[in-house]
Amino acid sequence: MLPEDRGTTLQVLRGHATAPKPVAQSNVDTDSAKDVVIRLAVPSDLSSLVALDEEVTGLPKRKYWKEAFARYGPQGEAGRFFFVAERKNQIEGFIVGEVRAWEFGEPPCGWVFVIQVRPQTRLAGLGTRLFEALCDAFRSAGVRKIRTIMARDNHLVLSFFRSQGMMAGPFIELETTID
Amino acid sequence: MRLQKSSSIALYAVLELAAHPAHQLSGAEIARKYGISVHHLAKVLRDLGHAGIVDAVRGVGGGYQLIANPKRLTLLDVIKLFEPVGRRAGSGADRNVATDASTALDLVLDEIDQHAIATFHSITISTMLKLMARKPWSQQEHEPRPARRTASSR
Repeated sequence: MLPEDRGTTLQVLRGHATAPKPVAQSNVDTDSAKDVVIRLAVPSDLSSLVALDEEVTGLPKRKYWKEAFARYGPQGEAGRFFFVAERKNQIEGFIVGEVRAWEFGEPPCGWVFVIQVRPQTRLAGLGTRLFEALCDAFRSAGVRKIRTIMARDNHLVLSFFRSQGMMAGPFIELETTID
Repeated sequence: MRLQKSSSIALYAVLELAAHPAHQLSGAEIARKYGISVHHLAKVLRDLGHAGIVDAVRGVGGGYQLIANPKRLTLLDVIKLFEPVGRRAGSGADRNVATDASTALDLVLDEIDQHAIATFHSITISTMLKLMARKPWSQQEHEPRPARRTASSR
């Protein structure tokens, strides 16, 4: 059985899932997702994003997120999207993606780099809404394929993407250790 | 890759019950739809009952119903009740002599096993129902096959 979606991070960073980390929390607040607004990130969201990420992962990464925000946020290049889920001036989740063209000979497609939802707000469809917002943005950018890559033992996030209709693509990821 | 018959029957039964959450289905109904042995299905349903996945309701109008959460129940949960899944399952792990060749082969087989486990573990019964409703195979039949591509660097 998959564990209830509590206390684990729902995050893929640059295609590499972070190790799930238990998070002390209260019961899941499914009502809290009702008045959530999905919108593009704005510069003033940065501090909230950093705080949410630290709450979920336990690791402060302000420099990383500042750079990511510069690349994918409101000042980023075309084809890069950074959506946040906001409720009562609080960021409950976010998703980051980018259109990439002709990598590995493939036509332009959308890559999902990060999706993260506050643990207390999970199981309420927020991840799905963020994912759909990113899909809409990719559609507007003219792409019809969406890809991501992640650790195969991250069953929870894999299961999330599977539930969105994603299946194995035409590539196999390979690696080696160089001495 | 092939699943053992009991695993396939179990998955058909679970998917059928999950698709009709408001109804109790008889073993005969499920067996008829999938063209499987009622006797074999009954045995599989008994095992699924012992695992807490389905429940049998006796009496008139009785039948089977899914009691596990389809959003949490994965393909792996069902399959592993009926066959070993994963490392060394069906491999030559019982060989007497380990050689470089056999060890290297095991490494490759492990790689395949790990992908299989990750796939089965990440697909829930709910996701399977969505897949069945979406029928991506009917789109694939009409899509042109992509041209062969060569690898290029990022």
